[in-house]
Amino acid sequence: MSIKSNIAISDSGFLFDANTGDSYTVNKTGQVILAMIKEGKENEEIAKKIMEEYDVEKSMLIHYIDDFVNMLKRYELFEAEGE
Amino acid sequence: MEKKKFERPLITRIKAGVPDKYGMKSQIKPLTHIDNNLVADLIKEFGSPLYIISEKTIRNTYQSVLRAFTTRYPKVQMAWSYKTNYLNAVCNVYHQEGSWAEVVSGFEYQKAIANGVPGSNIIFNGPDKSDEDLTIAVENGSYIHLDHFDELHALIAITEKLKKKAKVAIRVNMDTGIYPQWDRFGFNYENGEAWSAINKIMTQPNLDLLGLHTHIGTYIMSPMPYSVATSKLAELAVKTFRKFNHYIKYIDMGGGFASKNTLKGAYLPGSDTCPSFDEYAEAISQALNNSDIQYDKMPTLILETGRALIDDAGYLLGTVLANKRLADGRRSMIIDIGINNLFTSFWYEHTIMPAQEQYTDMDDTTIYGPLCMNIDVIRSAVQFPVIEKGEHVVIPRIGAYNMTQWLQFITYRPKVVMIGMDGKPYIVRENENHETMNALDRVPEHLRKFTL
Repeated sequence: MSIKSNIAISDSGFLFDANTGDSYTVNKTGQVILAMIKEGKENEEIAKKIMEEYDVEKSMLIHYIDDFVNMLKRYELFEAEGE
Repeated sequence: MEKKKFERPLITRIKAGVPDKYGMKSQIKPLTHIDNNLVADLIKEFGSPLYIISEKTIRNTYQSVLRAFTTRYPKVQMAWSYKTNYLNAVCNVYHQEGSWAEVVSGFEYQKAIANGVPGSNIIFNGPDKSDEDLTIAVENGSYIHLDHFDELHALIAITEKLKKKAKVAIRVNMDTGIYPQWDRFGFNYENGEAWSAINKIMTQPNLDLLGLHTHIGTYIMSPMPYSVATSKLAELAVKTFRKFNHYIKYIDMGGGFASKNTLKGAYLPGSDTCPSFDEYAEAISQALNNSDIQYDKMPTLILETGRALIDDAGYLLGTVLANKRLADGRRSMIIDIGINNLFTSFWYEHTIMPAQEQYTDMDDTTIYGPLCMNIDVIRSAVQFPVIEKGEHVVIPRIGAYNMTQWLQFITYRPKVVMIGMDGKPYIVRENENHETMNALDRVPEHLRKFTL
């Protein structure tokens, strides 16, 4: 699963979807996770990297990443399957 | 290397144009301490949810109301409105400050007496006074504020039986230019009913008409109606003197001053729209001072304000039970404070604050209580930081009515703790438990056994 190619993300966490014209704000942790998703990393791997840097419990982190990814799906920011 | 503080990842869609029902983006200041007590420590010691009352705030607010009135009118007497908060400790703070008791039922009357208030310092209001209640009030020399003619006739019969005089006032309802006009309590001014009641009382040898009382409504956001109401009562007092050569000893303006809470549907926050005590005091005092009442026979001004006196002194502390997504992706937060603890959430958009240093990100949030009932919504739409399960929230300005109208529903009512003038927490009401809740239940013999 990958982020749509026509989506622009600024360093300050501003995200723009050129297809729909919608824009979003992403907080710092969200930006870190988004960058790793763009690199093609899976949730488990993202969690491992985050835990090296941040003070967070693994079970809660997985829950947060799942929730964040669900919101990205809801906003249709991922490429559709099979594309 | 020390790890960085983690903040939950968030993505929020930017909506341009007019604010939606969640309002403009804002920051909520956390409330970590109440009178120098850490919220987390209070919850750890006394449980969650938890009511907190600040004795310091009660006394400071009381003094500021008293100052606003006594600097404008010489004879002022406060009477604590028991129904607003009748925890004994709270009532006694007001009594220590010099307040009489204002009660509206036999139950509240008993509470006032048990608290040590002399009968002669109790004002007995309300439409529900039984013959037994009236008998006790007459014997104790309390001020009985008559609500209707049936009560007036009942009292005449009781005083004849007791062969004792009763101290009475009448409650008067009137048009003060506000909507809704309360006309269900007392005798109407405009249609002459109030004047008829005065005439009836003045012909009774056992009734001593001492006062005139009104209570024009609740959460009155303008001082002007008080000016109108005071003038109308003053006119009745003057008329009574002219016809009967009888001076009215006190005028009781009741309560109804707004607190700084925000009503549902209000465009601006209550803190911006609520008049100051000085504004209410100016309206009432000026109307009295400018009336035709003889200057050396000016009546005592009695005030029964409840909500505006106690609301700021109360806090409700709670804990986050869960965060979850609703069907459309919105965030919802479940806290252990429900409408059973916060009855006023039916008409206020209560402020909710995190009890720990705030995270930077806010999210559109619906805040639910813990009850398994769809109506248990504390805030339907609010910008709120993402705080996690087990962390705490504080709802300020809940001192009025929540500790009297609270519901024992689904779960037990929690402890109430007062932070004293010395900064120490004191339990002023214990939490309910299985034993206390079951104590009043009775199960008939034939229902005691069953087989499943």
